[in-house]
Amino acid sequence: MENNQSLDPRVNRLQLNVSGEPVVVRDGENWNVFEVFHQEKRGAHHEHVGCVHAPNAQLALVFAKEQFGRRKKCVNLWVVRSADILAFNTEDEDMFANNLEKTYRDASGFKVMEKINRYKKSGKE
Amino acid sequence: MNRAINNLLTAMADDALIQGHRNSEWTGLGPIMEEDIAFSSMAQDKIGHAWALYRILQEDLNGSDPDRFAFLRNEKDYRCCHLAEQPNGEYDFSLVRHFLFDHAEAVRYGRLEQSSFAPLQPLARKLKGEIKYHTLHANAWVSQLCRAGEDSYIRMQAALNRCFPLALGLFEPPEEEAELVATAVYPGEKALQEEWLDRIYNILSPAGLNLPAMEDVTPAYGGRRGYHTEYLQPLLNEMGAVFRTDPEAIW
Repeated sequence: MENNQSLDPRVNRLQLNVSGEPVVVRDGENWNVFEVFHQEKRGAHHEHVGCVHAPNAQLALVFAKEQFGRRKKCVNLWVVRSADILAFNTEDEDMFANNLEKTYRDASGFKVMEKINRYKKSGKE
Repeated sequence: MNRAINNLLTAMADDALIQGHRNSEWTGLGPIMEEDIAFSSMAQDKIGHAWALYRILQEDLNGSDPDRFAFLRNEKDYRCCHLAEQPNGEYDFSLVRHFLFDHAEAVRYGRLEQSSFAPLQPLARKLKGEIKYHTLHANAWVSQLCRAGEDSYIRMQAALNRCFPLALGLFEPPEEEAELVATAVYPGEKALQEEWLDRIYNILSPAGLNLPAMEDVTPAYGGRRGYHTEYLQPLLNEMGAVFRTDPEAIW
């Protein structure tokens, strides 16, 4: 049997059976990829920071804590199976193409401060 | 009185140091990258716990420099239990040992938050979060591996059978324990062991693992009195090798 000479256990342990054939692990069969979201302080958005490889969500969370929660400030983490995320295809990018022309959708046109100042003034009188 | 506290803290610190060193031997060899990082990180935490206790010995009890104390003692002067001394073996053994060890830490430090020996209170509060993560990690692995097929389950039960008598050595009473209990430094090893058994039972039972019956096992005592297994001396040789090349060096 021709063993892989790599010192990396993840590589040489792939040849587990006597015949030397690599063991095939199908996508999602044992281990899954989980996306990790990091929250810097309470009330803040969870931001995507990367992913971990784990057999279940509980262990994904356990791994995520050391992968992504041990350096900068962190108060909470989310994990979600990457396969559970639904996304558009890259070729559908054209759906978003005209966004820049539709400036009337920007919230910047509202003049709230004027109203507030008017209200404050009326209170003083 | 100081002698009694000294014995207790030395035993706790030596457990953390030796267990931390053993766990660090997995660095780079863990079963997967994520677990390698998590396990190494927790090994570092344990060395940190040992250091914090050696510092208390130095500052509050006239002890010597933590590095010299950690690396230059004779084997007989260490107070660690036999559980921590065992070579890593397979990952199942290391995981079950980590599970039993860290639940014992959680119980011990939990009670030390109310210790009459003041320096232990802030330390116990500070380590609470770290130890909580350690037990969460261990619990997650125990429940995962007990449901991962027959081979996995059999290995976990075998590792538990082997670790359990060794783990009882974590609760070997230190010298002058009665004095520590009487002065409310801590509640004593028997009380800690009872609480620990409850805690681990609550995780092991849903996982389908059976704790060996108490009357069938002999606790691995001796470590607290300086009697060690054949595995400690080689570990000490390796752990202190760099330090001993120049004990006066400033790092």
